[in-house]
Amino acid sequence: MTETYIAPAGGEPLDGHDPVTAQVPTVPEAARPAKEPPHLIGGPPPGAATLEAKDACAWFGDHLVLEGVDLVMPAGEVTSLIGPSGCGKSTFLRLLNRMHELVPGAAMDGEILLDGDDIYGAAMRPQQIRARIGMVFQKPNPFPAMSIKDNVLAGLKLSRIKCTDKDGLVEQSLMRASLWKEVRDRLDQPGGGLSGGQQQRLCIARSLAVAPNVLLMDEPCSALDPTSTRRVEETIAELRGEVTIVIVTHNMQQANRVSDYCAFFLAEENEPGYVVEQGATTKMFGDPDDPRTLDYVEGRFG
Amino acid sequence: MDGVVAGAAAVSSISLCWLIFSVLTDGIGWFGFWLVAYVAFLAIYFVATLDRLGRLAAVDRLVTVVAWSAMIIVLVPLVLLVFYVLVKGLPALSLGFFTHTQRGIVPSDPATAGGGLHAIVGTLEQVGIALVISLPLGAMAAIFLNETRSRLRRPVRIFVDAMSGMPSVVSGLFIYATLIIPLAKDNSLFGYDGFMASLALSVTMMPTICRAIEVVLRLVPAGLREAGLALGSSRAKVVWSVVLPTASSGVATAAILGIAREAGETAPLLFTAFGYNFMNANPFSGPQESLPLFIYRFIREPLASSIARGFAGALVLMILILLLFAVARIVGRDRTKARSRRRWIPARPPRRAGTAQPPDGLALPAQEAQ
Repeated sequence: MTETYIAPAGGEPLDGHDPVTAQVPTVPEAARPAKEPPHLIGGPPPGAATLEAKDACAWFGDHLVLEGVDLVMPAGEVTSLIGPSGCGKSTFLRLLNRMHELVPGAAMDGEILLDGDDIYGAAMRPQQIRARIGMVFQKPNPFPAMSIKDNVLAGLKLSRIKCTDKDGLVEQSLMRASLWKEVRDRLDQPGGGLSGGQQQRLCIARSLAVAPNVLLMDEPCSALDPTSTRRVEETIAELRGEVTIVIVTHNMQQANRVSDYCAFFLAEENEPGYVVEQGATTKMFGDPDDPRTLDYVEGRFG
Repeated sequence: MDGVVAGAAAVSSISLCWLIFSVLTDGIGWFGFWLVAYVAFLAIYFVATLDRLGRLAAVDRLVTVVAWSAMIIVLVPLVLLVFYVLVKGLPALSLGFFTHTQRGIVPSDPATAGGGLHAIVGTLEQVGIALVISLPLGAMAAIFLNETRSRLRRPVRIFVDAMSGMPSVVSGLFIYATLIIPLAKDNSLFGYDGFMASLALSVTMMPTICRAIEVVLRLVPAGLREAGLALGSSRAKVVWSVVLPTASSGVATAAILGIAREAGETAPLLFTAFGYNFMNANPFSGPQESLPLFIYRFIREPLASSIARGFAGALVLMILILLLFAVARIVGRDRTKARSRRRWIPARPPRRAGTAQPPDGLALPAQEAQ
């Protein structure tokens, strides 16, 4: 258990890190009328939550794909999962909100603790867990039969959460996903009519609308162009502190730019994946302990 | 140029066959003549194109001709059928067909006397009730097959496939044997009436609709279901709020295609609706007419006027089904695609000065037109 990295409480951003937040254009507060923020009824408890994996293993059928992952994803911080293809990063991410069990024949072992409670505990319902731990997928998947506005509100409808001010929630969620300015005049148009990058930010807004404690992102930018990627990264930077983010990425620069903590996954041929090294992103990219990590972050393999 | 070569090949192949079968030998009958002429046409056309444009083009033309011929062979019976019914039915069809029943019509009356309003009403009612019964059941079965992970899916799928392959007369017999024979004497609802016909039609309609909807549901991307589940939704809510709305136009198409198929079914109605020459607008009591039964009875009569009346009914049935298919096409059209397909090019401004041009020597030389 010595490998497990425990973050300092409160999650102070590390020095010399985080070049993105400095560039983010802030929305002028005075331009908007001061309003009661929309209030959700029946949603997740407020605030970011710490996610912790203890000896997590995953199988597809008899095939062990992930072995003994111990990882802490501190509240309000961005944790990136890096590693070559097929090393179990996405599987691990799907363990974190119980999407893994939807695959026929999938199994898991170990514990995933959300603020100390095992999400695989007998008293936990997967639907509650997934409402608390949102997910953004690799391929943008807005609901084609719904308008932009209905897409944002889809989470409320689907998990029966009530809201005092739906229009305000739509605005707030789109604003947090930095999409509001681009779509505020066409909220009633179908979500499928947006560009790929806008669709992905719409999906982020949709996940944020239910006020999750954790947001999982599975290669959210791999299908996007550099400009859209930058917008999504800005969004991630703005969400820091409000929600815990776990992001899987193949883009080393992106992991370096957006994340506070980083975990490097690796799998030998026909062997299950495991975490080689984890820790603060600055250390992982600057002075990693394991030579394999150094080789990987410098692009020498994978 | 291709057309000229094809025409010349056709003329020479027919001339060749005429020479062989009409002048030199005793002939092999009209079917053999055209079959040999077709093969000769393919050979001549292939060789001519081979000589003119080379092997690749020759094979291309040959396959194109074969594909077109196959299309025409499939289309000919359909066109003949439609024209036959049109020619036979149109003289007997008058506006009165849509406003009158067979009340007061005697066999010596001309074919245009009386009408089939009672049959149209019967068909609409029976098929409508059948749809109300089988759409929810068929849709639920399709959802069960596609959206659950039950072990029973395999047997259910085999069962649905078997049911859709069942002869439709069996469904009529099934209702006759299980409902009409044991229950009719106590309750008029279970006598010969339109409702029994609807039940018999649902038996054949349900598997049709189920399979059509299942195909549409399978087209809904799995990512949308995952997205719904990741928002904290139950599986049932995802099906209801995400999958079905996404597939809605396909589901509507499936329903309309189911109606169109059932509207032409005759066999399930023989022992259930029974047929009736006068108006019976109440589907829950007493024998009722429908268009297929109307056709079935009149076409077998010995009198020319009755047969013509049957053809008029067939024409009306075909028009009804054509309308339903048209509605299905309009409903099932992918609206997003139709909008983005550009049919006209809007006026564009003159080309901006300084747009990038390929450097000298890189542009391809202009091709000579063939």
